[in-house]
Amino acid sequence: MGALSLARAALVCAALGLLIPPWYGPDSGFTTWPAGEAAPLVLLLARGEAWWLWPLPLILLACAPALLGRRAEGRMLVACGAAAIAWVFLQGWAIGLPGTVWSIAAPFVGADATQPALGWGATALLTGAAGLLAAGLAARGRFGGDAFVAFLVTGSAALLILFVFAPLLTILSAAAIEDGKIAPGALVGRFAAPEAWSLACVTGSLGCGVVWNTLALATLTGVLSTLLGLAFALLAARAKLHLGGAFRALAILPLITPPFVVSLSLIVLFGRTGMVTEALSALLGIPRSRWIYGLPGVLLAQLLAFTPIAYLLLEGAVRQIAPSLEEAASTMGARRFTVFRTVTWPLLRPGLAAAFLLGFVESLSDFGNPLVLGGDFDVLATRIFFAIAGARHDPGRAAALALLLLGLTLGAFALQTAWLGRRRYVTVTGKGDAGVPTPLPRGLAIACGAVAFPWMAFTAIVYAIIMLGAFVHDIGRGDMTFTWRHYVTAFEVEWFQGLVFRGAAWDSLFTTIEVAAISAPLTAGLGILLAWLLARQSFPGRRTLEFMAMLSFAIPGTVVGVSYIMAFNVPPLELTGTGLILVICFVFRNLPVGVRGGIAALAQIDRSLDEASATMGGGAVATLRRVILPLLRPAIIAALAYSFVHAMTAVSAVIFLVSARHNLATVYIVGRVEAGEIALAIAYSSVLILIMLAVVLGIDKLVGRAQIGRRAPAGAMQPAPVPVTA
Amino acid sequence: MADPAIRFERVTKSFGPVRAVDAVSFDLPRGALVTLLGPSGCGKTTTLRLIAGLELPSEGRIEIEGRDVTRLAAAERRIAMVFQSYALFPHMTVLENVAYGLSVNGARRAAAEAEARAMLASLGLEGFEARLPAELSGGQQQRVAVARALVLRPKVLLFDEPLSNLDARLRRRVREDIRDLQRRLGLSVVYVTHDQQEALAVSDLVIVMRDGRIAQMGRPTELYEDPADSFVADFMGEANVIAGEVLAAEGGRARLRVGGVEVESAMRAHPPGPATLAVRPEAVTLAEAGGVPGRVVRAAFLGQTREYEVETAAGMLFVIAPASARAFAEGAAVGCRLERVIPLRG
Repeated sequence: MGALSLARAALVCAALGLLIPPWYGPDSGFTTWPAGEAAPLVLLLARGEAWWLWPLPLILLACAPALLGRRAEGRMLVACGAAAIAWVFLQGWAIGLPGTVWSIAAPFVGADATQPALGWGATALLTGAAGLLAAGLAARGRFGGDAFVAFLVTGSAALLILFVFAPLLTILSAAAIEDGKIAPGALVGRFAAPEAWSLACVTGSLGCGVVWNTLALATLTGVLSTLLGLAFALLAARAKLHLGGAFRALAILPLITPPFVVSLSLIVLFGRTGMVTEALSALLGIPRSRWIYGLPGVLLAQLLAFTPIAYLLLEGAVRQIAPSLEEAASTMGARRFTVFRTVTWPLLRPGLAAAFLLGFVESLSDFGNPLVLGGDFDVLATRIFFAIAGARHDPGRAAALALLLLGLTLGAFALQTAWLGRRRYVTVTGKGDAGVPTPLPRGLAIACGAVAFPWMAFTAIVYAIIMLGAFVHDIGRGDMTFTWRHYVTAFEVEWFQGLVFRGAAWDSLFTTIEVAAISAPLTAGLGILLAWLLARQSFPGRRTLEFMAMLSFAIPGTVVGVSYIMAFNVPPLELTGTGLILVICFVFRNLPVGVRGGIAALAQIDRSLDEASATMGGGAVATLRRVILPLLRPAIIAALAYSFVHAMTAVSAVIFLVSARHNLATVYIVGRVEAGEIALAIAYSSVLILIMLAVVLGIDKLVGRAQIGRRAPAGAMQPAPVPVTA
Repeated sequence: MADPAIRFERVTKSFGPVRAVDAVSFDLPRGALVTLLGPSGCGKTTTLRLIAGLELPSEGRIEIEGRDVTRLAAAERRIAMVFQSYALFPHMTVLENVAYGLSVNGARRAAAEAEARAMLASLGLEGFEARLPAELSGGQQQRVAVARALVLRPKVLLFDEPLSNLDARLRRRVREDIRDLQRRLGLSVVYVTHDQQEALAVSDLVIVMRDGRIAQMGRPTELYEDPADSFVADFMGEANVIAGEVLAAEGGRARLRVGGVEVESAMRAHPPGPATLAVRPEAVTLAEAGGVPGRVVRAAFLGQTREYEVETAAGMLFVIAPASARAFAEGAAVGCRLERVIPLRG
C-alpha cells in the first residue's frame, strides 16, 4: 500500500470522526444523536461549546491540500498525525468531568470547564491521526516505505501502550498518591506495610504477612505440582501402561474448567457439612472442622488445577531425552536405577525447573481458588480485590499490593528466562534416534503409580461431584434426592409471546458468550498480525514492540483488573461499566498466546515464499492475505480456541470490570458461591464445562491438537507444525 | 546501443560490519545467460538478491534496462526469480501458483488462468494444473517454478542455484532445458551457482566472485584458459599452481625453468622473470623421461581416466591422463611434460 492512499484514507476517517459520530461518549449513547450530548464535534463547535477542540479540525485542514494534490509530504503528515493525537489526550487530561483538572489550564479555559469522556468520534479521529502518522513515516522511507506495515506497527504500538503499558503506569502512580497528592512516603509505607511482610505467624498465633502467605502457597504448589506431574509423565512416557488417553483426558479437563470450580467440589467433599466430613464424623467420630478453608484447601485446589500443566510440560521433557543416551549408559554397565539417577534425572532438571516456575507463577496469579477457599488465609490476589471491593476501599493500598504481586511474577519469569537460557541440553539433534526408551526402574515405577493413580481417582471424583451436584437437591448438605431445580433456576425458558429466557443465568451466559465471541477473533487477528510483523518485518523498535506484546503474559489478572479500573474510570478514557472494557481486557490478556503461536507457525514457513510473492509483484497486503494467512490457518484457529476458552473461564481480571448490565458467567458463579448457593454454582459450572468441551473438541477435530494452556511453554504444546513442502 | 540488462555501479551491501558485496560494478548484456559463480559466502546470492530487490544496497546504484531501480522494492522491478527451494505456495494448485503473479498484478482471474495454462503447456506440464506442488516430482516442481516466473514476461529472470535440489542425473537435463529456453526466448538470465561445471556448460558470461568482490569476469573459455589469479584458476577446475621462471615467451610458446629444469610449453606472452604458473591436470603428459622429472606417489584408475600424484622438484603435481595412455605404477620414475601453462597475475 502506498503512503498516499493510506494518508487519504486516514484523512477521510478522521474527517468522518469530526462530522458524524458523537464526539463524546455520553451515557445516553446515541439516543439524542446528532443533537444534545451526542453531537459530533462540528456541531459542538458550531454551538460554541468545547472551543478548546478547535485545533483538531485546523490540523486536519493543514494537511488536506497536499493530499488532495496527490502529494504525500512525510514531514507534514507526521507532524499533523502526532499533533492531533497529542492534542486529543492533552486536552482530555487537562479538562475532565469534574472540571479543569490541570490548574495550569485554568486561566485559559476557566476553572469550571468540564467535558465527558471521548466517544466514537474521537476514536475515529485518533485512528485517522495514527494513519496520517504512519503514512508520513512510510513516505519518509521508514518501515521499508511500506505504509501498510507502518500503519500496523503504529496502530498496534498505540494500542499496546494504551491498554497494557499505561494501566501499569497508572497503578504505579496510584500507589504513590495519598489524598490526591503525590506522597513518596505513602509509597514506601505501603510497600513496607506489616500487612505484607509481618512474620507474626512464626513468633505468635497471629497471621503472617500476605507476601509470605503468597510465597509459601506458590512454593508448595510449584513443588508438589511438579512432583505429581513428574509421576504422571514418567508413567505415561516410560511405563508400558497404555494410559496416554486417560491421562490426556484428565489433563485437558482442568484447562477448560473455570479455575475455581474444583474449589466448589472440595467444599462439597471436605466442607463442614461435606460428604467426607460427614462420613468421618459419623464413622470415626472425627469432629467437623473448617480445615479446608485456608492454606490446605487452596493448595489442594491449585494442585488439582495446575498439575496437568506440569504433566504436559514434563511429558514433553521426558520424551525428548534421546534413548541412545540412556542406552549408552547401560552398555557401560550401569544398572537401571543408576542410569536413571546419573543420566535421566540430570537431563530432566531444566524441565523440572520450568514446571516448578510455571506452577509457582500460576499459583501467584490464581484468584478464584483463594477467593472461594481462602477463609482467613489471604494471598496478594485476594487482598488486592478486597482493598478495592471490600469495606475498606483503598485504591492506593490495592495499587501497592498489585505492584508487589507484579514484582513477584516478573521476578519468577526473569528467573525462568535466566535459568532456561543457561541450561538447555540439546538432546534432539535432528538425526534419527532409533532405540527404545529405557523402562522405569521397578521401585520408581511403583512409587509413581502409588502417587499418580490415587491422585487420578481423586481428580475423577472431584469432577464427578461437579456433574453430580447439579442434579441433586443439596449436595453440600447431603440431600441427594434427584432434582432439575438448579437447572430450572439457572436456565428456565418460557414461551410467552415468544421465547423468554427467565433463568437467572441466561443474562451472564449470553454476555459471556458474546464477549468471548467478539474478543476471540480480535485476539487472534491482532496476535497473528503482530506475529507477522515481529517475525517477518524489520523496523526500528521491533524488540520494544515484542516486549510490550508479551508483557501482559507476566501480569497477573488481578493486577490487570486493578489497573484497568484505575486507568479507565474517568475521562478522557472512561470504559468501566461497558461491555467494551471486557472485550479489551480479554484481547490484551490473551494476545501473547496468539503472538507466540503465530511466531512459532511462521518459523515453519520458509521466507522464500514471501520473497517469491514479492518478486512476482505481490505487496505486503497481497502476500499476507494470499500466502501467509492461508498457511497460518492452524495457528489462527488455535489462537481463536485459546482466546475463546479463556474469555469464558477467566475471573481474576474481569471480576473488577463487570457491571450489573455486563456480568460474566464466572463472576456470577463466584457470587452464587459467596451467597451460599453452591448447587446453583455447580449446575452453572457444569454447563460452562460442557460448552467449552464442545468448543475444544470441535477445534481439535479441525486442527488436531488444540493449544489451550495459558503459560505452557513451547515444548509442551506447540501448535501442530504446518507442513510446508516448498 | 541499448542499455545493458543490468548495470551495477559501485554497489555495496553491508550487514553490520560485514560487506557481503563490496563496491561491485558490472554491465550485463541483454539476452545473455550470466552466471554468478563462487564459493559459499562470496556474495553471489546477495548480488542476485540485490538485483531482485529483496535486499536494498547500502551504497551504489542499480539499473535494469536503463531504469534506476536502486530504491525500488522487489514488487516494482519487473524481474522474476526461481528460488533454490522453488518457493511454490504449498496451499495453491500448480495453476494457481502460475497465475498468482498475474492476478496480484491486477489481471482478471479467467485471463490469468488462460495465460498460466498456456505457459504450463509450453513447458510440458499439461495435465498437472490441478495438482498441489507436494504431489509433483522435484523436476516438475522446478519447471512449475520456471513457468511461474516466465509467465510474468520479466525483463530479467533470476535463478538461485536452481539445480541444487535435483539428483545428479536430472541436473544435466534441466540445465540444458534452461539454456534452450533462454536462447529460444532471448531472455536475460542471471544464474547463481557454486558448481563451476554447471557455469561453464550454460553461460555466455561468468562472473567469479570472492569475498564480495568480482575476482574475474569473462567468457567460460577465457576463465578456464586464462584465469586472472590462482583463486580463479583453482575454482574454474583443478590447477597445479607452481613457481617458475619465464625465460622467453612469444608467439604462443614459452621457454620456462620449472623445478630446476628448462622446459618448453604453450603459453601466452609474458615478460621474462619469475612467475606463478598454473597447470591444468590434463595439460600434463607423463612419459618415462623428458620434461620435469618426478616420481609417482599415488595412482588411481577411474574408468575413463587415470589420476596420478607426482612428486617433483617444483612440488606435487596432480595429473589426469586418459585411460588409453600408458599406465604408471606407484613408485615409478616419470617425466612430466607441460603441454600448456598459464601465467598468473599476482
